[in-house]
Amino acid sequence: MIKWLKANWFYLVVLVVALVLPLIVTNRYYGQVITMSLLFAIGALSLNLILGFTGQASLAHGGFFAIGAYGVAIFTYTLGWNFWIALPVSALLSGFIGLLVGMPALRTRGAYFAIVTLCLSEIIYLVAGNWMELTGGHNGIVGIPTPNPIGIPGLGQLTFDSQISQYYLVLFFLLLTLFVMHRLTKSLRGMTFLATAINEDLSEAVGINTFRTKLLSFVVSNFFVGLAGGIYASLIGSISPSVASVGMTFNFLMYVLLGGITTLAGPILGAFLIPILLEYLQFLQDYQMILFGLLLIIVIIYFPTGFMGLYKKLSDKIKKSKVGA
Amino acid sequence: MELFLQQVFNGVMLGSTYAIVALGLTMVYGILHVPNFAHGHMYMLGAYVCFFLITIFGFAYWPALAISAIVLAVAGVFLEVLVFKPVRNAGGITPFIAALGALIILENAVVVLWGPEGHRIPNPYPGIIDVFGITMSTQRLLVIGGAFLMIVLLQLFIKKTTLGSTIEAVAQNKEGATLVGINVNFVSALTFAISTALAAVAACMVAPIFMISPSMGSLVGMKAFVIVILGGMGSIPGAIVGGLILGLIEAIGGGYFSAAYKDVFGFGALVLILAIKPTGLFGKEIKGR
Repeated sequence: MIKWLKANWFYLVVLVVALVLPLIVTNRYYGQVITMSLLFAIGALSLNLILGFTGQASLAHGGFFAIGAYGVAIFTYTLGWNFWIALPVSALLSGFIGLLVGMPALRTRGAYFAIVTLCLSEIIYLVAGNWMELTGGHNGIVGIPTPNPIGIPGLGQLTFDSQISQYYLVLFFLLLTLFVMHRLTKSLRGMTFLATAINEDLSEAVGINTFRTKLLSFVVSNFFVGLAGGIYASLIGSISPSVASVGMTFNFLMYVLLGGITTLAGPILGAFLIPILLEYLQFLQDYQMILFGLLLIIVIIYFPTGFMGLYKKLSDKIKKSKVGA
Repeated sequence: MELFLQQVFNGVMLGSTYAIVALGLTMVYGILHVPNFAHGHMYMLGAYVCFFLITIFGFAYWPALAISAIVLAVAGVFLEVLVFKPVRNAGGITPFIAALGALIILENAVVVLWGPEGHRIPNPYPGIIDVFGITMSTQRLLVIGGAFLMIVLLQLFIKKTTLGSTIEAVAQNKEGATLVGINVNFVSALTFAISTALAAVAACMVAPIFMISPSMGSLVGMKAFVIVILGGMGSIPGAIVGGLILGLIEAIGGGYFSAAYKDVFGFGALVLILAIKPTGLFGKEIKGR
């Protein structure tokens, strides 16, 4: 127990901070920014599974986020379902469409796969903007209800109307995603993911069915980003085709790459730090995106493993200098 | 029948511009194995240079087109040296991400400098020719003619000149080319210059027909990629045939079914073709990339 505590004290501190954070941050605006950061962290973590751990650059991530979001919007607002049924159904739908699309798309490799998924994302965007009856066209859907209250026997009801409760709702799903990703990537199955990422031909040679490995990773990844999209629609209350735009995918990409690809902490860190950084860079206005493009290039050239890679390099250096002394 | 021919004409016009944009992209991929995702944005930049030369500096159409091609050739070399060269040996999706960064910078720089709104280049040849009931504007005919001229010139350059054959040599075998004394860095820069200059020419030719705006690049860039994949990465005939196919799918799908979904037809066709043949129509097996 003590040993376990010693090895994981840092994570426990982070968890405690995460649990008490809404009590410290009372500003409504910052509260909203933090909640959204956690939500996007779910999407970034799931992108990391296919992009980092499996080495397939899926650029349809925004599209699948939108499938989850539109799913929840249509099921709860248009059809009047309970949120707690609509959310898993939407996430499963996102995963299922991922399966259908992945079967042809994952036969391609490298840049081909990136382009095919980018095209899929564009198709989802165009359909979301033009299928008036289902998606409300470019105006989108407004007035999506917040998550239904959950009744707990003996304790009353858990409602999700206040900002704090929404924060804990998102935190719960982020921890769930993190747990699944942790179990998955540390398992034997996770090793086959990594093997596929590093060398597909060699993995095939040692008996890994790389196609099925990639497909599994793609489906799981899309399930979780669909989940994030579903929660997003319900918390924000309105959606438009812009959730399916390439910009959404770029945001996820940026969180993963700047935070640290193929690490579990990196995407969360990226999703958390970049929006906060953006808040501070508000004064730059239009120049903000130029700076980000520049940052992306510098990071990919000099620190290909992002912030987490930089951190590891520094801590290794400190350890080395200690040993030397 | 007349509607059909009209759509075919429009499709060929669209397709021939797509073909030259895709040609540049496929050359760069064939030689450097770099998926230059910012290619569409270089196209957009070409249109803007042309626009400013004509409206602000009062250049005539053709000199503006030529200067725009030269400016973009220089910009292409910069892109190669600053963005792609440092990640040349990184492999994987790294060059792709670097290109994304370049694309974000280009698009937003244009928005900051010249605003997000669209502009129109005055049409130098506003005339209309009527052939068997099909309306052909002179500018559109010019686009088709210009595109085919560029394709022929490029082929002659690569096949008949020494400089051109160094490009082909590097594409076939980088190590071998270095051994016989070809400067690979120079050839890389040259290829980028030709590639972006071609994009600028295409942009200047269609600019009088469509509006120009900072966001025009991303869609064209994506379509160029679709074409290059359709035709097989690195294949020049593949890029030409692929361009025409995509142009025709878009024009006929848009004309007969739904204009709002015309891009869905094109992208859908790509997904379908790749589902059947994962390396594209004329592509060879790619290994480990």
